[in-house]
Amino acid sequence: MTPVASKIYTDDVSLLMVLIDTNPFFWNSINSTLSFSKFLSNVLAFLNSILLLNQLNQIVVIATGYNSCDYIFDSAASQNHNQRAENLLQKLEDFVHKDESLCRDDSVDGPGFSLLSGSLSMALCYIQKVFRSGPLHPRPRILCLHGSPDGPGQYVAIMNAIFSAQRSMVPIDSCIMGAQHSAFLQQASYITGGVYLKPQHLDGLFQYLSTVFATDLHSRSFLQLPKPVGVDFRASCFCHKNTIDMGYICSVCLSIFCKHHKKCSTCGSDFGQPQTQDSSTPDRKRKTSVDK
Amino acid sequence: MADGQVMKRAKYKSSVKDPGVPGVLKMTRERLVFMPNDPNSSRKLNVEFRMIKGHKFTKEGSSKQALLNLTQDQGGNYIFEFDSFADRDICREFVAAAIAFHGETGKATSEKPAAPLQDEQLSTAEMEHRIKLLQEDNELQRLHKQFVIGGILTEAEFWATRKKLLDQNDRRRPKQRVALKNEMWSVKPFSDGQSNRVTFNLTPEIIHQIFAEKPAVRQAYLKFVPNKMSEKEFWTKYSRAEYLHSTKNVVAAAAEAAEDEELAVFLKQDDMLANEARRKIRRVDPTLDMEADVGDDYIHLPDRGLIREESKDAIDAQYEPYRRYFSQDLNQHAAVVLQGRVVDVELGDTRSVAEALTRTKQAELANEVSEGNFEKDLSHRISRMTEIEDLQGPRDPAVAPLCIKDPRDYFDSQQANALKALGDAGSGAKTFKCNVSSLEAYGSLREFVSEIRVTGLSEPITNPEVSFKVLSGLTQNISSTKYHLGKNPHESVLDSLPKVTKEDLLHHWTSIQELLKHFWSSYPITTKYLYTKVTRLKDAMSQVYPKLQEIKESVQSDFRHQVSLLVHPMLQALDAAFAHYDADVQKRSAKSGERPNGFV
Repeated sequence: MTPVASKIYTDDVSLLMVLIDTNPFFWNSINSTLSFSKFLSNVLAFLNSILLLNQLNQIVVIATGYNSCDYIFDSAASQNHNQRAENLLQKLEDFVHKDESLCRDDSVDGPGFSLLSGSLSMALCYIQKVFRSGPLHPRPRILCLHGSPDGPGQYVAIMNAIFSAQRSMVPIDSCIMGAQHSAFLQQASYITGGVYLKPQHLDGLFQYLSTVFATDLHSRSFLQLPKPVGVDFRASCFCHKNTIDMGYICSVCLSIFCKHHKKCSTCGSDFGQPQTQDSSTPDRKRKTSVDK
Repeated sequence: MADGQVMKRAKYKSSVKDPGVPGVLKMTRERLVFMPNDPNSSRKLNVEFRMIKGHKFTKEGSSKQALLNLTQDQGGNYIFEFDSFADRDICREFVAAAIAFHGETGKATSEKPAAPLQDEQLSTAEMEHRIKLLQEDNELQRLHKQFVIGGILTEAEFWATRKKLLDQNDRRRPKQRVALKNEMWSVKPFSDGQSNRVTFNLTPEIIHQIFAEKPAVRQAYLKFVPNKMSEKEFWTKYSRAEYLHSTKNVVAAAAEAAEDEELAVFLKQDDMLANEARRKIRRVDPTLDMEADVGDDYIHLPDRGLIREESKDAIDAQYEPYRRYFSQDLNQHAAVVLQGRVVDVELGDTRSVAEALTRTKQAELANEVSEGNFEKDLSHRISRMTEIEDLQGPRDPAVAPLCIKDPRDYFDSQQANALKALGDAGSGAKTFKCNVSSLEAYGSLREFVSEIRVTGLSEPITNPEVSFKVLSGLTQNISSTKYHLGKNPHESVLDSLPKVTKEDLLHHWTSIQELLKHFWSSYPITTKYLYTKVTRLKDAMSQVYPKLQEIKESVQSDFRHQVSLLVHPMLQALDAAFAHYDADVQKRSAKSGERPNGFV
């Protein structure tokens, strides 16, 4: 990026990383209030409006596929400005093609899971690169347009990504288009200070995007954005990846297990034998939760 | 006080104006006895300290009497006047300790704790410390009253978990200290209009200030007294110097200085001060931005806005050292006052004050010298401020520090999970489970993409009615969340409950934690003592249980749900404890039944 004089950098220059869910099984399974093409047209219009807000705004789009993730658009890469949408769509089609070729399942039940952890990690790496590019850089944030349900196998990777986003002070906004809430993204937005929204009227998606998610980080300090009423803090166990309410925790590394194990699989510490004289096991802690 | 009784001469008065009956007041831990000097007087007193609830006393001051007023529970009071404030203070402290002692033990002896533990031998200081802690912390006192007085825990057990509090040094310095006086000319000469005498009044406070402001005088004092002259002579000379300065007669000052060597020290300008000033200037940060604004423009005024003293031209160079500049004095005085009290010494002994101040200054100097880093820091800072961007290397990005969240946040956010049970308010998309082949799925996805490539973006992007619906929905959502959680989104649920409920809940929470702490720490049960303790605790817990239910029912219906959410974890914790207790009891009875008949 060409170095820019500091006078042009105002408070609201932002770098927006958009993670689009391109899980074909999900898009196939929803009832057509929002087809993928309508979704794309809303998103493209939204991206254009972000670039209009400030000359120095930057957008990077990452597609979250079923088997892989890839960058499909970067506004900083010098290209013909009149052909942004076309370039994006071209790259998207290539990506879908590649994703299909990587697909090993012949058929999938239900909506399947998309690789959110992969695209979050790619977004965070890009952001780190931007941080190191010089003293002046736009303020980054991540917007997840997600619909597929949470893949419990990705719990650990997603939580790691969330914590590193929190540490780098990068908010993660989420817009859920699926039928159910996503516990992972609720936690992500809560921990990093982003906005979580599950729109009720999906045909007005553009309105949601431009009202809530187009706000830059500086303005968020004085704007009121929708807050979720609550966050689902349930964790998944590390052994079976099931969402659990009560389980066992290793006191050394805090990994969560649903059944009693002899050894912690993350840090290798030995758990003592439960003593039979009195019924208290030293390593067992009860995790109580309030719901239900 | 160590021997447990105090005997002092005092006068017993029935009211403040009453001249009082002179006599002797004798106080032991249990009671106070007053015997009037006149054996025929009827004003004898014999009161137990149990009856005395409080004490009041007059402040120290030359015109006031040294009074001590002991108040009784029922409203009567006893007033004693002492000969001196020192006497009165001794009695006062004794009375305070006695009252506190009786207040404590009075409550404790009325109950009979069942635990067969030896009574701890506590020192008086230890006892007083505990009493003080209880008085300061309301919550602690409440817990103490509930458990120790209620016989559920013994005193030892209660304090066993609070060792940290007891270890704290209770002789804390008062938080605020008295600062130096701001008066500059406190040494005003008192001149008798008739004779030619001028009197200076120097109090220890003033002396302290003089030493703080004028290091040369301090040094001179340490050097001259008591070797060369007595303290009185020293101060006389000093006062003479001050007087000469006040006349602003520099020539006379120079003349006197030439005659008297010691006086010269006071009349000359203070070298030590000058050195200090120079040192401070060297330490000023060169990157300090003293940007002037329009109002500060003094460059274009004649003489730069300063008022010139006309007499300066007439003064010879030889008189220059004897000049005193008002601005210098004022600045030095201000600097010293703002620095505050550096030394905490009794002001009575002048010499020790001087020495203490000298020591402080020397320590400061030593610190500065040893701080070799200062130069490094300064150069580092300069390079940061005036950096040239292109020539800088890459710097690590800023990171957010680890923060530990308030657990009350967690409780607030759990509301949602309860509301989730009511179901999502209609989502726009519904999924239906079906088995789809990947070929089909990818195929349809590609179709969508090519569709939009062909058709392009539609116009308008969204239907205006739909947009309006969305916008009004969002606004309502935002304003309603605020309504539910209070005006300030950071306010917790607890604050919206009525005050009584909130306090009850918090109190129950802390008491349950206390009980559970002792309960779980008693397992595994190895001695009989632990067994009885556990039984006691269990009984106490089962009493709390219905109280929680009561709270739930007592609130209004809009808060009921939130309250039950808050109460739920407490009930769960209690349930876990009960379950454990029952299981343990069962095990024990099973075990004891297993024993062979011979040993039963």
